[in-house]
Amino acid sequence: MSSDSATQFSTELAIECHQLTRKFGNLTAVNQLDLAIPKQSIYGFLGPNGSGKSTAIRMLCGLILPTSGDAQVLGLQIPKQAEKLKKNIGYMTQSFSLYEDLTVIENLRFMAKVYGLSGKQQSQRIQAVLGRYRLEALQHQFPSTMSGGQKQRLSLAVAELHQPKLLFLDEPTSAVDPQSRRDFWEALFDLVNDGVTILVSTHYMDEAERCHQLAILNQGVKVADGAPQDLMAAIDATVVQVESHQAAKLKSSLLDLTEVISVTQIGRSLRILLNKNLAKPVAYIEQALNAFMVCDKTLTIKQTEPSMEEVFVVATHAQKKTK
Amino acid sequence: MISLRRLFAVFLKEVWQLKRDRLTIGMILGIPIMQVLLFGYAINTDIRHIHTAVFNEANTQLSQTLITDLQATQVVDITHYVNDIDAIETLLRTGEISIGVVIPADLDRRIQEPERPAAQLMVNGSDPIVMGAAQQLTAMQLHHKHQPMQPQGKLFEVRNYYNPERRSAVNTIPGLIGVILTMTMVIFTAISLVRERERGNLELLINTPITSNELMLGKILPYIVIGFIQVSLVLSLGYVIFDVPIIGRVLDVYIVTLVFVAANLTLGILFSTLAKSQLQALQMAIFVMLPSILLSGFMFPFNAMPQLAQWLAEILPLTHFVRLIHGVMLRGASLQELWPELLALMVFTAVTLLLAIKRFHKRLD
Repeated sequence: MSSDSATQFSTELAIECHQLTRKFGNLTAVNQLDLAIPKQSIYGFLGPNGSGKSTAIRMLCGLILPTSGDAQVLGLQIPKQAEKLKKNIGYMTQSFSLYEDLTVIENLRFMAKVYGLSGKQQSQRIQAVLGRYRLEALQHQFPSTMSGGQKQRLSLAVAELHQPKLLFLDEPTSAVDPQSRRDFWEALFDLVNDGVTILVSTHYMDEAERCHQLAILNQGVKVADGAPQDLMAAIDATVVQVESHQAAKLKSSLLDLTEVISVTQIGRSLRILLNKNLAKPVAYIEQALNAFMVCDKTLTIKQTEPSMEEVFVVATHAQKKTK
Repeated sequence: MISLRRLFAVFLKEVWQLKRDRLTIGMILGIPIMQVLLFGYAINTDIRHIHTAVFNEANTQLSQTLITDLQATQVVDITHYVNDIDAIETLLRTGEISIGVVIPADLDRRIQEPERPAAQLMVNGSDPIVMGAAQQLTAMQLHHKHQPMQPQGKLFEVRNYYNPERRSAVNTIPGLIGVILTMTMVIFTAISLVRERERGNLELLINTPITSNELMLGKILPYIVIGFIQVSLVLSLGYVIFDVPIIGRVLDVYIVTLVFVAANLTLGILFSTLAKSQLQALQMAIFVMLPSILLSGFMFPFNAMPQLAQWLAEILPLTHFVRLIHGVMLRGASLQELWPELLALMVFTAVTLLLAIKRFHKRLD
């Protein structure tokens, strides 16, 4: 369940890029991206919509030309050797992109042939993925009649049909329910155990936490990267949690404080991000609350561990400040 | 109740969208302009400039007058002077001429005899418009230098080649094969690639080892079979119901069709790489269909159109197909005799396919 089910990192890199940049007119979709993604691991791109996740993935596949910078994927120069790369990668697009008017088995047969599998390999691999992704019962169904989770399983089945060394998954879980998401991630770890490297983009914090390593992207810029635990340990902020039945009221007052980066309400509690250079964060908040003259006997204040979401907020906040 | 504000909102939205849809604006203006020009200017029902060969056996002053007067009508353009009847028949069969004029050696004597026509017109009767023009020529006046010399009998005897019963279906059905193929084939392939792009299939497909050539040819080949089915259907119906003959070899009909279908499919694929939506692809197909039907010689005799329209028509595959299929089916011409038309279609196919493959990138930008 946790990301420490990881196998040993290979020393070799599956993806390496330097100063990879793509501009669309005045917009810089991806800005000077550096990546070093080790083989046999799950690498995550975490970022909001429009942060350049899809553009970065498409550049690494050779679907979009970079404006500048260079990339090496599985030892091949991209985009120059992109065609050589195609048979070694699998790709899942953001929205379902298989044929809605072909049945599950027809889609699989078509893609197996497109990837040039021999007749024997075709039937072997199709049987294998049908079993692995619980698609046997659905084989004669059309994707248009299937649920989001079922479609997603089919997409992953197609992406790994030709046993690629590298999978690009562009927001694969954006249209599926929580249980399907859990199953999906289990399947990803199985693939990594088989030796596959996976680059996955997401805007879910819990998914980001499960990656071996991740990069946080915001407005085309990589604002932080590393293993999730390391990112949380090295967060440039302190988290203080306040519980109060007046949480909503307190929130706006707290936001005005100079040392406060952000305040998030979760039910009755407020998670307050404070600048790290603050010596006594709990005392600071206590003082502030006294100044607001809050009379709430149930009020508690304590320092707590940062979450992935807070790592994300701090990273993107820092970027805003430097601008 | 209708809310005027909402009505106006929809109206405005449509105008805004239309403003950005250049192709539709092009059609709004282009179709009326094209239609008016084609019908009013290019499509001339006063038939002129029919390519004609003359075999003048008489070589007298009178025969020269006859030829000059024929040219003065402007109905015919004398493009060939030949020395025997066989040459006229060959030219008729290959489609280089539509009328052959045979002036017998005893023209001067015949013109005085009421019971015999003075000369003969050999006419490609498979085209009813040409046939009509030839009939008009029989009423022509002769202007001799000294006295108006009117023939006692008929000036011309008209010999109807290829369609002795003068049935219009004979002329229409073979050309109709071409019109049907143009309509269906171009549209099929024009929307095929765009559809995959619209549905998102293409992004996945171009990230596989598939090559542009494999994708294009794979999309074209099934429709060639469909084209053959359509041709067989039209030919059978034409034969059974309208008694349209196939004078040439059936194999040649299929060879000609194959080349023509290929030309249309590659044109469709080219549109597919240009269009951004299925609707745009359809609009492009219509843009080709209209001039094809009007200018190809399917509806109106080719030579009667002004030069500009003829040049335009030479680009259209249907023009060449109409010449080929009329030649093979109605006049029994062989492919050796019609090779320039066949070559034109092949060049068209190669060029459009190359352009399509060049335009299609396995990339999204």
